[in-house]
Amino acid sequence: MFDKYIIDAASVRNIGPADAPTGFAFTSKLGYYRGLGLSMIEELTVAIDGEPLQRSAIRFDEGPGPLTLDEMETTYDRRWAFGAQATILVDYPGGFPAGEHRLSLQQKLRVSYMPFPSFNNDEKLVTCTDAAALTE
Amino acid sequence: MSKISRGVSLYSFQEEMFLGQMGVEDCVAFAASIGANGIEILPEQNMPGFPNLSDAEIAAWKDMLARHGCHFTAYDMFLDTKVRKDRLMTDAEQIASIRRDLVLCNRLGIKNMRVLVFVRPDILARCVPYAEELDVHMGVEVHAPWHLEHAWILRTIEEAARLGTRHLGILPDMGIFMKHYPPAFRARFERQGARPEVAQFIVDSHEAKIMAEYTIYEVAVKMQGNKAEVAMAETLRHAPYANPKRLGDYAPYFRHIQAKFYEMNEDCTDPAIAYDEVINELVRCGWEGTLSSEYEGNRWIQDVHEVDSREQVRRQHVMFERLIAAAEARHDALEVA
Repeated sequence: MFDKYIIDAASVRNIGPADAPTGFAFTSKLGYYRGLGLSMIEELTVAIDGEPLQRSAIRFDEGPGPLTLDEMETTYDRRWAFGAQATILVDYPGGFPAGEHRLSLQQKLRVSYMPFPSFNNDEKLVTCTDAAALTE
Repeated sequence: MSKISRGVSLYSFQEEMFLGQMGVEDCVAFAASIGANGIEILPEQNMPGFPNLSDAEIAAWKDMLARHGCHFTAYDMFLDTKVRKDRLMTDAEQIASIRRDLVLCNRLGIKNMRVLVFVRPDILARCVPYAEELDVHMGVEVHAPWHLEHAWILRTIEEAARLGTRHLGILPDMGIFMKHYPPAFRARFERQGARPEVAQFIVDSHEAKIMAEYTIYEVAVKMQGNKAEVAMAETLRHAPYANPKRLGDYAPYFRHIQAKFYEMNEDCTDPAIAYDEVINELVRCGWEGTLSSEYEGNRWIQDVHEVDSREQVRRQHVMFERLIAAAEARHDALEVA
């Protein structure tokens, strides 16, 4: 219902030392008409130019601090609120590749009233121009 | 005069709220400006701190509504039975979650709670003592493809009748009265590659009220439909036209209506949902409650248009006023005769 708004393309920036980035981060919203507890965010799949990255390379932070996807599975006291920006952190040595690339995100949600998982998909063309590194 | 009140669910403004273009108070102020003073909320959408709401936050909400001359009508609950990956919530955990929502309703001063249709009737029966104590009506959402006389819905009606309670019943969503296929659905599937002749076949099949599975087979197998065409045919599974005359039969079991719609015409008519028949029946049976707008058209047009939820809701309320007045005139004339 909100797929096209899930990735904020302008938010992509490198993380780690400026001369040797360890990865990149971007801002995302939950593609759902309400907030959801983090334990029900089953997967956040990030891909660059159609190539999915490892699950273990992804961390999520809606504010209090980053969690791995494994940690999120049993996080019952934190929620991704409706319309709220969260940060997706990706371990990717060297940082976001130079030039224009397709960045995609799939959110797999466990929505209790639906018989099957819910998938939200977005893909944006991204050029990461932010040379200034962001320390975590 | 009928006893039908007009209101709005904040669900209607999800596009603008998601994008940060409107806040909850903007929605409430707009509702007040069109005389739709009853406000339905989704705490899990509209209250970022949910479920931890302080007394100060609750007082601020009440003050805000009062400032605009509005009042709460309904609270849309959710039940996260799948909160854990390894197992479903136990029955006791489900009851505790529902009780938490009933308490929040009571603290907010809300008398109607929309219960998701998948919640088990026997669980709700066990929540009735709490609902009675807190004076909140639990209304199971009658949402397409369920309908008023679906056996699953009748289980809730039977529980309410068996317990002799006024605090358990239903809450109909008007999507169950889809008399015509929504043009907004068709237009989006055509943008996604559905051929006009196949889209027309699907619309014609819906208009003829042919059971969905026949049409899906025709489109998917015989016509070798493409992805958009098969997806369009599959929407027929969720596009029932139930009989609006049954509303009168079940009127004692509901006090709030989710007035679902997908798109209003410029002349303030609904091309899809049979509101003329619905409102005529509600007036005829003397139903008392709120028609609460639930605009769900954003997802069908956002790929090509800016979404203007306010204009859509405004048009629906012009239609409500017109249809309520017409139905009142018709039934007053019948009473005189």
